[in-house]
Amino acid sequence: MAAIEVNRLTKKYGQFLALKEISFSVKEGEVYGLIGPNGAGKTTTLRVLSTLLEVTSGEVKIFGHDLVKEANEVRKMISYLPEDAGAYKNMTGREYLNFISAFFGESQGRKDMLERGLKFAHLDERIDDKVDTYSKGMTRRLLVARALMIRPRLAILDELTSGLDVLNAQEIRRTVKTSAQQGMTILLSSHNMLEVELMCDRIALINDGMIVASGTPRELKEQYDAPNIEEVFVKVVTK
Amino acid sequence: MSSLSNIIKKEVKELLTPGTLVPIIIMALIFGSLGGAIGGATSKLSEKPVVGVIDQDHSVLSQFVYSQLDKNSKIVYNQSDVQAGIKEVSAKNGVALIVLQSDFQSNITNNHSASITVVWIMRGAGMADTFSMAPVQAVLAVMTTNLSRYIIDHHVTENSSVILQPLKRHEDTEFKGRMMVGISPDIISSVVSQQGLVVPLIVLMVIIMAGSMVISSMGMEKENKTLETLLTLPVSRTAIVLGKLVGAAIVGLVVAGIYMVGMGYYMSSLMISAPIDLARYGMTLGAFDYVLVGVSLFLALVSALALCMILGIFTKNYKAAQTMTLPITLLALIPMFVTMFTDFDTLPTSMQIGLFAIPFTHPMIAMRELMFGNSALVLAGIAYNAIFAVVAMFIAVSLFRKDILLTGRVKSAQRSRGGMLVQSMFGKRRR
Repeated sequence: MAAIEVNRLTKKYGQFLALKEISFSVKEGEVYGLIGPNGAGKTTTLRVLSTLLEVTSGEVKIFGHDLVKEANEVRKMISYLPEDAGAYKNMTGREYLNFISAFFGESQGRKDMLERGLKFAHLDERIDDKVDTYSKGMTRRLLVARALMIRPRLAILDELTSGLDVLNAQEIRRTVKTSAQQGMTILLSSHNMLEVELMCDRIALINDGMIVASGTPRELKEQYDAPNIEEVFVKVVTK
Repeated sequence: MSSLSNIIKKEVKELLTPGTLVPIIIMALIFGSLGGAIGGATSKLSEKPVVGVIDQDHSVLSQFVYSQLDKNSKIVYNQSDVQAGIKEVSAKNGVALIVLQSDFQSNITNNHSASITVVWIMRGAGMADTFSMAPVQAVLAVMTTNLSRYIIDHHVTENSSVILQPLKRHEDTEFKGRMMVGISPDIISSVVSQQGLVVPLIVLMVIIMAGSMVISSMGMEKENKTLETLLTLPVSRTAIVLGKLVGAAIVGLVVAGIYMVGMGYYMSSLMISAPIDLARYGMTLGAFDYVLVGVSLFLALVSALALCMILGIFTKNYKAAQTMTLPITLLALIPMFVTMFTDFDTLPTSMQIGLFAIPFTHPMIAMRELMFGNSALVLAGIAYNAIFAVVAMFIAVSLFRKDILLTGRVKSAQRSRGGMLVQSMFGKRRR
């Protein structure tokens, strides 16, 4: 069964057409990347798939569940990490992870979830400090931990490492990669072409609300005769 | 453009938003209409008061008094039946029935003050409802002075006490079908107002406190970028809305309770002990009445919170949330001020409809209306508030399912290089 099946998905904001009948599918256990320029429709796609935005037309299925009709079922299987997400500032890191875990598990399951979250966040003794006192990197690590500790069948990650230093970015990528290796399906968007090339099994290039190219990094580089994905990106967008 | 004018322009544009202006305009309109109502009430003071006069003595002195009253007021009843007189004066929107007792002249000639009874026709217990008494009081004062002058001029008596105080006035009040013997309207108004002041204050406090909690909570979720995460958790939108409302209600009630303790001490220091026992006239509340007041208060709170949640959906951050509470506060202030000024029943129909539409009016008037035995209005208010609360909750939950919760109000959309720009309340580029 495909993890994600998107068929002729259209999304309008008022009169503006943000997504124009896009179609793609993601296999279970796959790391799938969406890349494209600002305003191309990446975040809109992720938000629709995360049940945050309404579908204007088309069909989306997550592990066989219809996104519109079975939104609550879909929410049990996914975890969405927005680009500029924050955590509740009056909570400590531990309290925040505990708060989130309460929506997913009971007793031992919840305890294990929290343990995983603490491990992923890697905040040591700072986990008991208020989120308000965290640096951007620490907050992002906490949020990645929140997204992955519940072991969702599908993690939707928007600009995973945007604005982070190299060390924090590497640590977060490692955490995500580990989860992917354990069978988690990952759909991510990024401006960082190196990150996409390193992490994704397959990539879709989105521009002006349409998917203009897709394939494995190797296939795309061969197709566009480019040394790396960044060059592919430039060629596709400026074509 | 100079740097200074550039900064001024930016500041004005930032501060002078519809969110700031609309509540102020509404406030100005409310004060304008209140001023109109007060002006209407005070303009009536310059007209001749409508009264009834019963002369039971038919003496020279009583005839003189009658002529004095006739000169300065409009007499709509002058027969002998007190009950019929009250009915007639009441029907003609009169203020009082003045009864000159049968021993009027003999009392004065025997060196006693003469007795008159003033039966006031009181329609409401608000401040404005006692305004109409003033012209009658003035007429009575002029009449008393002229009577003293007549007594001196015609050597009716030499007794200085009688000359200075020729009349001994007894006052009764006909109020909401009850004859309250020996009580003047200002005492009734004062006692009823005191008893009905606490509930409107509680309503106002709870609504302001709990309402601002809900709107601020939404503002903080948006400002801290936590809302998107919350909305993708496996929890229904209804549960999120209810969770926020109940949480805000608990905190709002606690905070309002703390305020009310202090306010209670303050109010008790201002209140005078009731000079009349309203229970004697059937104007008291039973256990069921208090249940009705509680239900009315609860439903008004739910309505307020649901309204605040709807407003919160449109707020973009914590700062904007603070101004969003103003419309709700104003909605609570309108019925509070109006019912302090006058009774709901004595208002013009258009104002009654307007006030009825505000859910916060009902708990504010509930105690007074139940005291007057008007439980039908209270029950109608409860039914209205129940419907209002359900509809407002439904709208809030529905809006939680819509894009507008995250995207804000999409004003326009235009193409930009390589993508689009949607100017939303967040003012951010949408991808």
